[in-house]
Amino acid sequence: MTAKYLLLAAAAFGIAAPASAHNAWLLPSITVLSDTVQSVTVDAGTSTAPFEPNHNAMGIDGIKVWAPDGSMGKVENASRGRYRSTFDVKIDKPGTWRIGMENNGIGGTFKVNGEPWMVGRRRGPAPAPGGAARAMATPPAPSAAPAAGAPNGPQGGRPRIDPSHIVATIDEIPAGATDLVLTETTGRNEFFVTAGEPSDTLFKPTGKGLEFVPVTLPTDLVSNEPGQFRFLVDGKPAADLEVEVVPGGRRFREADQAQKLKTDAEGLLTVKWPVAGFYWINASHTDDKPSNPKAAKRRMSYTATLEVLAP
Amino acid sequence: MKKSLVLAAGIIAAPVSTAASAGTITITIPRINASEYHVPYVAAWIEPVGGGQARTLAVWYDVDKVGNEPGTKWLADLRTWWRKGGRSLKLPANGVSGATRAPGAHRITIPTNVKAGAYTLHVEAAREDGGRELVSVPLTIPAANGRASGKTELGAITISAR
Repeated sequence: MTAKYLLLAAAAFGIAAPASAHNAWLLPSITVLSDTVQSVTVDAGTSTAPFEPNHNAMGIDGIKVWAPDGSMGKVENASRGRYRSTFDVKIDKPGTWRIGMENNGIGGTFKVNGEPWMVGRRRGPAPAPGGAARAMATPPAPSAAPAAGAPNGPQGGRPRIDPSHIVATIDEIPAGATDLVLTETTGRNEFFVTAGEPSDTLFKPTGKGLEFVPVTLPTDLVSNEPGQFRFLVDGKPAADLEVEVVPGGRRFREADQAQKLKTDAEGLLTVKWPVAGFYWINASHTDDKPSNPKAAKRRMSYTATLEVLAP
Repeated sequence: MKKSLVLAAGIIAAPVSTAASAGTITITIPRINASEYHVPYVAAWIEPVGGGQARTLAVWYDVDKVGNEPGTKWLADLRTWWRKGGRSLKLPANGVSGATRAPGAHRITIPTNVKAGAYTLHVEAAREDGGRELVSVPLTIPAANGRASGKTELGAITISAR
């Protein structure tokens, strides 16, 4: 088990960004409310199995609350525990709310006078334990290049780069830098709450990046009816996109009951739920259409927590 | 005051609707031996067999409880009813919503303006510190006799023509 963890950690900090490793999750207390005088209380953490607070608390500074009427709601009573952060949101307007975080950044490697440099949010030699920068399922600094020949640090496969050779943003890349291998990352991790009648005002696609557009409303899910969701990339159907669908409660079962499903030609994902409960769904897509011209690639990820009720 | 008005309306309406009733539904709330017993929230609604809008015939909840945790808070625990139409019902709803009922048999008159056709009658009960149960019975309008029974939170559900 420990060996597996080390390997996963190495993979996460190293080259690619696997969907496994430690996943970021948000776990609301409830997603269907009958009035507008209640709050939802939320746990936020990162761990191997979703919703099991056994690894790290999630940094929740970036949590945003989109109310059904287009206004922004508030995070209340935020606190950070060892294994999970918590916060409350007052659900004081009718309709469907969207609560979560968006993450945008550019990371990668380049060279100055032949020496390897890195751009990413993480400064310094090692990530602080449970650093807020790792809030998303996607590592924020995908040191995209294999950094050929770079000696591996003792703690894993992470290329060792002189801390003074790490810059926070692409604007700080020194003039004369060569071999730029930059990847733009965008991510979203969210859940939905409906008070009273649901609304779809927050599901109008923006046409930018990877988007989740529910066909079945995400607070209307029942275990004996399949859920349907459309995925879009830049407003167009994301066909053949792999989406991981993982139920919570992993340690109470033999099988993890995780499903790896694919969207159809219209970007439509159909999910049959093996059990009622909370689900963690995750999809990511990489292409070569970054919005920033300095980046060569773009990696988009989407994560949502869905509650599926028993019929 | 409000409650008594609703009750008064019910009493006045009752003889009129029974005169040209589309049928009667009897819902039995079983007596449950529990150290902490709370009467259940109950909803009864019909759905056209071919699909279409659900229509709530009755919902019984804690109408008097107000404050931070009003009686409406737990209406979503009638989770199927809530999703099928409960959430769009404005409460209190005259002739539809009412206070929770004690164990025993309770009659609901099917409104005369329910169009003839095939429906499914659903009755759902959810009890604080207890379970939740959904019972479904085929129902035709004009009503013919029908019967089903719950196992835990609901007893006999009967439909009669008058």
